This record gives sequence, C-alpha cells and structure tokens, in this order.
Amino acid sequence: MFRKPTKWSVMKQLILKDIDDLVIGSIGIVAFISFFVGGVVTIQTALNMDNPLIPRSLVGFATRQSVILEFAPTFISVIMAGKVGSFITSSIGTMRVTEQIDALEVMGINSLNYLVFPKFIALTLYPFVISIAMFLGIVGGLAACVFGGYASIDDYITGLQEDFIPFHLVYAFLKTLLFAFVLATVPSYHGYYMKGGALEVGKASTTSFVWTSVVIILLNYILTQMLLS
Amino acid sequence: MIEVTNLEKSFGDAHILKGISTTFDKGKTNLIIGQSGSGKTVFLKCLLGLFDYEKGKIAYEGQVFAELSEAEKRNMRAKIGMVFQGSALFDSMTIEENVMFPLQMFTKQSKSEMQDRANFVLNRVKLKDANKKMPSEASGGMQKRVAIARAIVNNPKYLFCDEPNSGLDPKTAIVIDNLIKEITEEYDITTVINTHDMNSVMEIGDKIVFLKDGLKAWEGSKDNIFQTDNEVVTDFVYSSNLFKKVRRMYIEDNT
Repeated sequence: MFRKPTKWSVMKQLILKDIDDLVIGSIGIVAFISFFVGGVVTIQTALNMDNPLIPRSLVGFATRQSVILEFAPTFISVIMAGKVGSFITSSIGTMRVTEQIDALEVMGINSLNYLVFPKFIALTLYPFVISIAMFLGIVGGLAACVFGGYASIDDYITGLQEDFIPFHLVYAFLKTLLFAFVLATVPSYHGYYMKGGALEVGKASTTSFVWTSVVIILLNYILTQMLLS
Repeated sequence: MIEVTNLEKSFGDAHILKGISTTFDKGKTNLIIGQSGSGKTVFLKCLLGLFDYEKGKIAYEGQVFAELSEAEKRNMRAKIGMVFQGSALFDSMTIEENVMFPLQMFTKQSKSEMQDRANFVLNRVKLKDANKKMPSEASGGMQKRVAIARAIVNNPKYLFCDEPNSGLDPKTAIVIDNLIKEITEEYDITTVINTHDMNSVMEIGDKIVFLKDGLKAWEGSKDNIFQTDNEVVTDFVYSSNLFKKVRRMYIEDNT
C-alpha cells in the first residue's frame, strides 16, 4: 500500500474526497444514533434506580461512563463497519469486477496505494466523529433526563463530573484509532481481492461487515483487558 | 513492434498458453482471435504485464518487459493505452476527467492544457459536448469511444483492445473498428485487438493470430484468411452461412 505512491496532487484530492465520503458523510447518522442512544442509556439507568438512597447524579455518571467507554468508540464503530465498511468494499469491489482496477494497473498506477491509502488517511479523522458521538450521547442523556423528569440538570451535570478519570478518554481514543485502522483495511481487503460479478460484490460487502465487526469486538476485549484491568 | 517468443502460462494444473510465438507490427491492427477458452484474454493480460508467465519472453521494441526495473516498467506502461471490454471508465469521474486521468498521473501539464488535450481527443473520437456527462449517462458506443480517447490521450506507442465491439450494434461496431484503424495508422502505433467479431477480422485485420487450445493455430492477414485451407480456422471463421457466402464470393471474384 505504501510502495510506489500516487502523485501528491492526485492523492490530495483523493484524501479530501474520502474525508467527505467516509468522515463528513457519517456525521449525520452518528449524531442521530448517539443522541437517542445516550437518551436511552439515561432512561434505562434512571428506571433501574428505585432505591431512594442512591443519588440521582448517578444517572449522569452512568451515562458518561457508558458513552465514553463503550457506546461511542465500540458501538459506533460496529455501525460504521456497516455504513463505511460496506461502502468501501462495494466501491472497490465494483471497480474490481468492472476492470477499473485493471485499468489502473495497466497505466502503471499502484492500485492499492491509489484506492486504500487515501481511505487510511481519511479515517485518521475518525476520532473526530467519535468525539461528536460522545458529546451528543451525553447531551441526549441530558435531554432525556430533563424531558423525562428523571433527574435535574444540576444532578446530571454533577454526575458527569464525578470520579472522572482522564485516562478513560485516552483509552477510548486509543481504541478509536485502532478501530479506524480496521475500518480502512478489512473492508478494502474484501473489496480489492474479491472475485466474480455483481452478486459477489454484495456477498463481499456482507462478509466484510461481519469480519470488521468481529475484529472490532475482539480488539475491544483485548484492549480493555490490557489497558483497564 | 512487440515480439512474443515461446510464451507459456499456467494456472495451477491448467496449462493455458502452450508456447506462443508471434510478432505484432507497428502501424498495423493486429487481431487475436479464437474460441472462448482458447487463451486470448490470458495472452492479452500477459502482453499487458497483468499476468506473470512461466516461460518465454515478451519484448517491446527489443526491451523484455519482465526484465525491466520497476521504474522502467512504469515508464513503459505510460506508453500503453488499453480499451477494456466493458470500457472500465471510472464511475466517479466525468467523461472529461476520465480522459484527463492519464495526463494527471503522468504529465506536469496545467489543468487548461489537460482540458485542451482532452477536448482534442474527444473531438477525434467524434464525441463533442459530452465532457461533463458521467459514464453512466453515456451509451455503450459512447463509453467505448471515451475509453479509446482515454487510451490515446497520452500519445501511446501501443494500443490494446479487449473485445472493443462486444455489446454494440453492428453499425456502432463498424464505427469503433474504423476509429481504431484510423488512429493506429494516424499515430503509427502498434495495436493489438482481442476479438470474436468476424466483421472486424474481415475489415481491419492487418495481421490475425488464431489461437486454439493455448497454441497459435494460424496467422496471416485478412486477405489470407479468405484463401486458407486450414480447417481449424475455416471451421471457426466461416461457421455462419453468411460468412461462407462471403468467402465463396471473394474466391470467385479473385479467380
């Protein structure tokens, strides 16, 4: 992927296009899901706290921990495996079956570098998407709290600030960067090395989603064990 | 000129090319014909350097492609234009961007220079006012013409075409054939066409290489093909009654 790099003036355009397709184009769905799942986490936590001795601020605390540690980096990455991963596999796979990759090779262009490297670079901005997911998940929780009457804004904000461990953010963003690498490479592999026709493009997209999700979930377990235990 | 010497290629146990030797001449349209499964596409992909081969050699003007360094191969590829069976235009680019693509990759021309050159070759293939269209908005014949324009935009020395007429109506197929022939002569390039189309064989076959079961079964020109007694060739080329009649008429006219 790194050998025989594509001309920088062309690569720059490819990277910008992939940032638009993969990163900017995902913000809408990530924002929507994060806001409402954040709200659901808050509601579930509040509804399970029927002991009056437990402070209501725990709702904010539980939402923050769930969103920052797992929901935003992992759950969103699995969703992105479906959205971005399928897009990458089907777009590269279609180029394979319609001989567009052969056309690049005949011209003497390193097709792996031309197709995969810009996606790899574009997805280094993936932590930006996850930051938005974290923020909107917490805001969604706040909105659910206020409109559902589960806790006051002050209680929720107090909960958000309780026992905050900055390393949790480092852990979350380390995971995110690794997941970004998985999101760029596993779907590209399935698209680039696929064989067959249009039907196989669909199959490759499904296989790519399954494998990307499996790798993300396994990496999540290994990293959590290594960094938090 | 491209010289092929004793070329052999296998996939696992399947021996696809079994020692092909031939030459493809400059300024001529060289056709590779043969039944499906005879090894035409594998032969073409070996010529293009897309497939490695086990034995033999392919030399472009005396330079053996497989022995070139990566940089030399890259330079050599810049001299090659290719028209794929399905056109292989880049879906995400407009027709103009497709044609400008090789210039963007291999030259230091300014955008306006590249646009001028793209317009020139698009006019050459008789495609005006299609610059801003996407490939999906163009007909099959238009897509083939764009593919030819993209293939010649960087002044190649070699033009390869894989089934350039497949999926086209007979009238458009003739237009594409004539276009390839004109461009070959006009730019004095070595053109190699992989085809099933017997009309192309009769019309533009300056040199015809007939493959059967991975071997060269016959070679000659479009004139020779009317006269040959080689049963393998006549069985294939004159399999339709129409071409049998054409052959009979040709022989009658020339005796």
